[in-house]
Amino acid sequence: MSLLEVRGLKVHFPIKKGIVLDRTVGHVRAVDGVDLSVEKGRTLGVVGESGCGKSTLGRAVLRLEPLTAGSVVFDGTDLATLGGKDLRAMRRRMQMVFQDPLASLDPRQSVSSVLSEPLRTHGVQGSHDARVRELLDLVGLPASAANRYPHEFSGGQRQRVGIARAIALNPELIIADEPVSALDVSIQAQVVNLLEELQERLGLTYVVIAHDLAVVRHISDDIAVMYLGAVVEVAPAESLYDEPLHPYTRALLSAIPIPDPEVEDARERILLTGDIPSASAPPPGCRFHTRCPWRQPTRCHDEVPLLRVPTAPPGLPVADSAAHQVACHWAEQVLTGELQPSSGGVTEPESAPTV
Amino acid sequence: MSLSQEEAAETRTGHPEEARGGLARDAVRRLRRSPTAIVGAVLVTIFVLVAIFAPLLAPYSPTAQDLSQIRPGSFPGPSREHLLGLDQLGRDELSRLIYGARYSLIIGIVSVTIGASIGIFFGLVAGAFGGWVDSLVMRLADIMLAVPGLLLAIGIAALLGRSLTSVMIAIGVVNIPIFARLLRGAMLSQRESDYVLAATALGVKRWRIVLLHVFPNSLAPVIVQATLALATAIIDAAGLAFLGLGSPDPSIPEWGRMLAETNSFLASAPLLALWPGLAIVLSVLGFYLLGEALREALDPKLRR
Amino acid sequence: MQDAVPGRGVVQGAPLLSIRDLTVTFASRGRRPVRAVDGVSLDIAPGETVGIVGESGSGKSVTSLAALGLLPKRGATVTGSVDFEGDDLLSMPDDELRALRGRDVAMVFQDPMSSLNPVLTVGRQITEILTRHRGMRKGEAREEAARLLDSVGIADATRRLGSFPHQLSGGMRQRVMIAMALACKPRLLIADEPTTALDVTISAQILELLRELVVGSQTALVLITHDLGVVAGLCDQVHVMYSGRIVESAPRRPLFADPQHPYTTGLLASVPRLDQPRGVPLLPIPGSPSDTLPWSQGCAFSPRCTRSIPECLGSPPALLPAAAGTPHHLVRCVNPVRDHAGAVQQ
Repeated sequence: MSLLEVRGLKVHFPIKKGIVLDRTVGHVRAVDGVDLSVEKGRTLGVVGESGCGKSTLGRAVLRLEPLTAGSVVFDGTDLATLGGKDLRAMRRRMQMVFQDPLASLDPRQSVSSVLSEPLRTHGVQGSHDARVRELLDLVGLPASAANRYPHEFSGGQRQRVGIARAIALNPELIIADEPVSALDVSIQAQVVNLLEELQERLGLTYVVIAHDLAVVRHISDDIAVMYLGAVVEVAPAESLYDEPLHPYTRALLSAIPIPDPEVEDARERILLTGDIPSASAPPPGCRFHTRCPWRQPTRCHDEVPLLRVPTAPPGLPVADSAAHQVACHWAEQVLTGELQPSSGGVTEPESAPTV
Repeated sequence: MSLSQEEAAETRTGHPEEARGGLARDAVRRLRRSPTAIVGAVLVTIFVLVAIFAPLLAPYSPTAQDLSQIRPGSFPGPSREHLLGLDQLGRDELSRLIYGARYSLIIGIVSVTIGASIGIFFGLVAGAFGGWVDSLVMRLADIMLAVPGLLLAIGIAALLGRSLTSVMIAIGVVNIPIFARLLRGAMLSQRESDYVLAATALGVKRWRIVLLHVFPNSLAPVIVQATLALATAIIDAAGLAFLGLGSPDPSIPEWGRMLAETNSFLASAPLLALWPGLAIVLSVLGFYLLGEALREALDPKLRR
Repeated sequence: MQDAVPGRGVVQGAPLLSIRDLTVTFASRGRRPVRAVDGVSLDIAPGETVGIVGESGSGKSVTSLAALGLLPKRGATVTGSVDFEGDDLLSMPDDELRALRGRDVAMVFQDPMSSLNPVLTVGRQITEILTRHRGMRKGEAREEAARLLDSVGIADATRRLGSFPHQLSGGMRQRVMIAMALACKPRLLIADEPTTALDVTISAQILELLRELVVGSQTALVLITHDLGVVAGLCDQVHVMYSGRIVESAPRRPLFADPQHPYTTGLLASVPRLDQPRGVPLLPIPGSPSDTLPWSQGCAFSPRCTRSIPECLGSPPALLPAAAGTPHHLVRCVNPVRDHAGAVQQ
């Protein structure tokens, strides 16, 4: 039973121009038709590079961004239809952990105030002080942290405060938007482990948004790969890394450095050409075709590929997994090797660089 | 997985005795270290103390006249009885200077209070509501700002008649759009912060977010501006008095007025123009330095 | 005991850059002075690719900035010696140093947007370097600039000469930076976190570009980064820094095959790897980078070290060969991960 089910989600930001009166001259299609589902107690990872819309997606699910179209069904209720008071009540059950722990904490608020604010807002009974101490303990901070202010802590500690705030109301779903990218490498593992431990202890469901594929692979059960506002591949974590189907996923995986000289030397690197196109003017047809090493003369430039389960030749492991979907016209041929990538120089996109 | 107690006791920079406490304490700490702040604070403190304790400090009454030593075109300079000499009406210059601090201080405080309180109100409304309210308030502010400050002040003072009160109101009104713009701008930028998003995600009501989170974090530039506005208020008051728009009462020892009166005998008694000028310069400098130091102390980016 | 010098003797012949006992102290009013770099020595051979790895607070960036005289004069005290082909950069007069920078030594920074002048076109910025350092005339310089842009993989180079930095994407700006750095065919290129601000696929392109440009030319490359994966594929020699000192130094294969310093092993164990099974637990390094001892009181890493023993406190460990048979694999630890009998002594 899915705790969270997203269908056809679109978030388009108008681009306004004008001197006195603002005219809408176009839209930035940050999220352009996304379907996702997450089951209770599982972790969905959403990966992609800048401009892919993953952060906007995370915020839109919590209705922190206006939805242009689509539905977000949380435990049977479509969040898109909820109004003020009902939405606020629903917020108790879903929370967010932000990327920049310094920016997401009010610099004037002590830690105890930060953690008791959600309790005060929703009129939680009982001693708030006790709950604050409990939360600090859950995230591995000492009780003395309660009287301190955000700027007195290190990045990792601040992120723990942010996590403590997110679990204060005992939510069921937590959306973590790049929870470790702003932290030092040696601290990242601490926070990742903390998130995993909390998930087990509190029965949480996670959506982890990140650009670091290695971290996402470690923490997620299922992963969705996004490019320029759409999901191009979704699969259980193991399958995605063992058998990536979408050309973009393959390129992404081959681009990640691995701390092992033998592996690095032996690796085949699939280099993409050019830069990421602008989200206000995505390429026609398959969004990725302008940079795709496997681009074909037909279908790629005029037909939008939909997420589908590929019909794999018998014998290959992916044939068994109905959960592995990809949005590519030629996925099967790429998989079998029938189609080979072309070697590339660097070509430029026609449009201006990323907005 | 839990952090060790040692790690917990350390702060980020490894200096446990520093960086404690809220932002206010942090700012005060930074101010204490800054020579600019110290010099500014000293000047301002002297200014305020002189103003408050004028009756105790001044050797003579500011209005008492001793015409025995006055000849046309020649006034006694500094002497042992009168440290700064006598002015053109035989009054002790030092005492007048000391009492003059009172007037400057009152003018400064009242006018900035008027300007800041009304300006903050409108800035808050504009920053909180956005949309057409924001546009309306900002256009009004634009109109007010389009008129040169001094001209506006002259106009109001002329409208309300010559008095100290009208000077204070005039300067106050000139300050309103400045504070409104400043607060509204700061609020607009704070509203985009992640902590506002976080509060929204928690379900905190919008008005609470604005009043308890956005507004307090937008006050830093306003505080700095208030300090600087105090300085310019003193100058503006002096300027208005110089133009004859202050109080018509000749006995009031307001610095600007004193400066204005020396116009006619600058050649014969230049020192009499120096003293009020110097007083104005020093007190304004004090507020400027303090304001600059405050700006640095309150800037979150400069924090470690 | 005297520290061994990382990089010395790894390659035959005179070193290109020789840093000895570089120490950088930052002092600001009212605060305790901070030793960002604490006695760093290393040698770089001509044409070598060297990686300097460390997190924030390790001093990796400050080392290169100090070596090139790029730190502000006030507030930063730099001691030691930095010998570049026989000249000490630290005692060089300013104008000579400026001539050297850009001509013989070049630097590429993390954020290309703040390193490029926003009001000048890209072409103008490159031609400026060429006319000044290589004495070219305007026409010549423009042609060469176009050739440079082309060599870093920017298509339509001639047209791109007229672009302003804000019209280019992050990856392209970084390519421009590299083109500018290579304009004078420097003998040493220092790249400080060149790909940290870029997306993974773009970053792979840039690293590939660096690899291509450096292999084949005699330009030595110093790559400063926090990512061990980046150095694994690119660098001949790797130096790991912690709290201002080099704590481990080795050619890349031995470093990754046989890491000795607990910090190095800690870093490797705390990062999830694509080539390992998913279920492998992450072993974080306890504490945070601010939990550090001054080197004068012992090993700076000991508060966070799982292998810390009483000998770690008191006096700082020296940088010595990990084993008798590996003179180029140096480690600064009295209790390294693989304790070879008799090799590491105080």
